[in-house]
Amino acid sequence: MSEEFITVNMTVNGEKVTKSIPVRTHLVDFIRTELGFTGSHLGCEHGICGACSVRVDGSVVRGCLILAAQADGCEVLTIEGITDTGEIADLQDTFVERNALQCGFCTPGMLMTAAELLAQKKPQSREEIREFMSGNYCRCTGYHAIIDAIETVNDARLKS
Amino acid sequence: MKAPKFSYVRAESVKHALELLDQHGEDARILAGGQSLMPTLNMRLSQPDVLIDINPLDELRGITVDGQEVCIGALTRHVDVLNSEIIAEHLPLIAEAMPHVAHVAVRNRGTIGGSIALADPAAEMPACILALGATLIVQSSTGKREIAVDEFFHGLYETARNDNELLTEIRIPFQKKDNVSVFLELARRHGDFAIAGIAAYGKVSGQTIHDMRLVYFASEDKPTMGTKAISELNGKTWSDDIKESVTKALESDLDPMANLHGSAAMKLHLQKVLTGRAIDAAIARAGE
Repeated sequence: MSEEFITVNMTVNGEKVTKSIPVRTHLVDFIRTELGFTGSHLGCEHGICGACSVRVDGSVVRGCLILAAQADGCEVLTIEGITDTGEIADLQDTFVERNALQCGFCTPGMLMTAAELLAQKKPQSREEIREFMSGNYCRCTGYHAIIDAIETVNDARLKS
Repeated sequence: MKAPKFSYVRAESVKHALELLDQHGEDARILAGGQSLMPTLNMRLSQPDVLIDINPLDELRGITVDGQEVCIGALTRHVDVLNSEIIAEHLPLIAEAMPHVAHVAVRNRGTIGGSIALADPAAEMPACILALGATLIVQSSTGKREIAVDEFFHGLYETARNDNELLTEIRIPFQKKDNVSVFLELARRHGDFAIAGIAAYGKVSGQTIHDMRLVYFASEDKPTMGTKAISELNGKTWSDDIKESVTKALESDLDPMANLHGSAAMKLHLQKVLTGRAIDAAIARAGE
């Protein structure tokens, strides 16, 4: 079977892009190799690890489980995009303060997922944060520091 | 890994999707949420010629009430079922199960129809709709038909849906207000595939159980009604002796598949434990 191509249009981190790509390209390969945003990482590539988490039309999704062709017409934000807007600057600072990363491979995915939890703007117990973050693997930290950071930021945001 | 080569077609209407199914038959796969299909493609466990993307079909999305039934469009995403007030009010079993369905990013894409049509034995929704006596609506280019859930699940990833048919809607009768339901599952990590699980729905008066349906999933090749366990349970007053006879009967209802999560014996043990917990919880809820 020959490679089938499709033209996709979408907005990635605020920029409109149009590219012709093989239909089988998943969204994170597209973002990394065609657009050069390498902050979204590929870990397992079958939806288990969460390292590739990106935001599509306002919701966090597994970037390896959606074809770039399916994001046609969508608004896509990666870790680079939400870093630029400053949406999670407090969370990023707190990740550093609380030592919530070591190698950092999972961190973009962790931040993308945590951003969706923070956007709920409601009190979250540690248990609820753990459940919400349960789809993102970290092989270094043992998670406590990550939960600490998210809890700290969520509490601080609700107070202010 | 990367997916193998395939053709990709966006369905423009249900009619278009059905024409494509007629044309390609078993060489095509419906791409709904893609949260199970994409992993199998990326791991090259399946190699379809054509993906038919039905995501543009908004008419297959949404949760409505029709008489005494909740109608869920097959393309409704898990997150929308999770947040639905209609589900919370009329189908508390599904509301209780929904947080166990994968993780947030997967729930944002995955669909209830995809989960049911795929019939993964560890999936929550097939077990819930079997416990609640749902009806599945499938459509082909020659028309629609209704399939009672009791007839729908045939085996491992096998259902009564034909290759030329599209699951379009799930109709679930309201849970009766004087009934109770309990959903329990055991998984290594919250949101991961279950090792064992139970969906229970029926009536409890004091300590006495009536019309209880016990559906087991994750251990069997398909969601499985615990028929013999149920006949030991219904009409009885819950006690250690009844628990013993119910869980004993479960040994003939279930034939667990061993996998990486555990041996057949361990899974049978866990299903027995869950049975006890589910009835205890049902009695506690009925008393509230």
